Amino acid sequence: MVILNKETTVVPASEPRRPSSLPSPIFLNSPQLVTTPPLLEVRGLVKRYGKTVVAVDGVDVLAYPGEVLGIVGESGSGKSTVLRLLNLEELPDSGRYQLNLPKRSSLSGVDLFTLERYAKREVRTFQIGIVYQNPHLGLRMRNTSSGNVAERLIVAGERNYGILREAAKQSLDASEFPLSRMDDPPYQLSGGMQQRVQLAKAIALKPPLLLLDEPTTGLDVSVQALVLDTLKRLQRESGITMVIVSHDLGVIRMLADRVMVMRHGRVVEQGLTDQVLEDPQDAYTQQLVHAKL
Amino acid sequence: MNILTVQNLSKQFAIHHLNRQVHAFSDLNFTLEAGQFLLVSGPNGVGKSTLLRCLYRTYLPSGGQAWFNSTHGRIDLAHAADVDIIHLRRDEIGHVTQFLHPRPRVSALELVAEPLEAAHALKGQAQQAQHEAGALLQSFGLKPELWPAYPTTFSGGEQQKVNLARALAHRHRLLLLDEPTASLDAQARAALVQRLRELKAQGVAMIGVFHHPEDVRELIDGEIRLTGV
Repeated sequence: MVILNKETTVVPASEPRRPSSLPSPIFLNSPQLVTTPPLLEVRGLVKRYGKTVVAVDGVDVLAYPGEVLGIVGESGSGKSTVLRLLNLEELPDSGRYQLNLPKRSSLSGVDLFTLERYAKREVRTFQIGIVYQNPHLGLRMRNTSSGNVAERLIVAGERNYGILREAAKQSLDASEFPLSRMDDPPYQLSGGMQQRVQLAKAIALKPPLLLLDEPTTGLDVSVQALVLDTLKRLQRESGITMVIVSHDLGVIRMLADRVMVMRHGRVVEQGLTDQVLEDPQDAYTQQLVHAKL
Repeated sequence: MNILTVQNLSKQFAIHHLNRQVHAFSDLNFTLEAGQFLLVSGPNGVGKSTLLRCLYRTYLPSGGQAWFNSTHGRIDLAHAADVDIIHLRRDEIGHVTQFLHPRPRVSALELVAEPLEAAHALKGQAQQAQHEAGALLQSFGLKPELWPAYPTTFSGGEQQKVNLARALAHRHRLLLLDEPTASLDAQARAALVQRLRELKAQGVAMIGVFHHPEDVRELIDGEIRLTGV
């Protein structure tokens, strides 16, 4: 019905409530307007430990250029394992991992899980940055903060001290780290500052993909807010693609465009962040969302 | 020009722990042209906000289609891929609610300038975006002293002014308005109506829920009246 000239459409009364089978799942179309392929394309990820533990049980991960994908779930859901696999720290039992970089490269169409050790290291150096929940995993606590960042560039082949120092400075500045403390070792810094050093190190070579594993968990609430704000600004300004793992729905709501909900190694629901948090379709997701304080 | 054609749109909510469905609306059909303003009316809880959220895809419609004529072609919002919706929300479809979601350490001016800078028209032009953001905040009556302040400390009405300026900064193709006049003083309400009048004249198509529709009486071209159980 066309509505013109102050006509009114009256929608008839909706059907009376009835206990019934729940509605069937809604299937969405393939992208139609966004024609660039996803930057990160992982299919059929499976990871077992021993004979009985299936940490990741058939997971696909897609992240489009410039977007922030959140992975949320309780402890033991497999989300951190997925991130370790994305960082090529471990090999899965099955799965295919492709990075569709904007320019044609030797990685086009290659399954990264099949790369040899040295080639994998190259990918982890130039294409991926990672921020761990525990800064001890990502930093050398007794080197200087600037040294930690510069190490990344050294691994990439830079030797000039002046260039290393300047690049480290820029990276630390972009992470909103106070430059007056750039020569302090991380063990002397607060948790929030340590995370900023990790971030600076992760983005030093301007990789297209940034992985973050519970980057603000354990930090004071006020510090959390500041670090999240830094991440948001950085993402907006650089357009870097991020995959962020968190059990905190507030973090996901603030940073992620899309979110995947994991449980027992599987993805139970995924979609736009506001849609999954406000109109969750899956029973587990509904429980998770309604449990938020 | 047709902007939106809604066909047999329906929404039910599945409440799993009660093993029950809650019906919001069903078999909704209407069209919307560029520069048209449709009012959604009905009693509290009947599904007015739900309809807007279904079109914005904050809620997943249960059935039917919502054909949107985007600048890149016709697309069914009810079944579009998530990445397409993200793309449309950036430039073409706006959703104004009565709540601001302030972010820590982000000033009022920045919150308003951000979508301007992100949208295609002003991409990378931070200064120009900030200038336009200031003009908008001024028109809504937010004092310049407050522009660099963090909205978390503002009153409800001041927050709503920031919210509106942010949502109405960029000229969308389709604008969904959910009770935007809540907590506004008379000056801000008038500024809002003026802004909507300008946008309407520029061809923006609008669907709105207004608790006091007399505020926007002059803008209304048609009405969708939802009746509940």
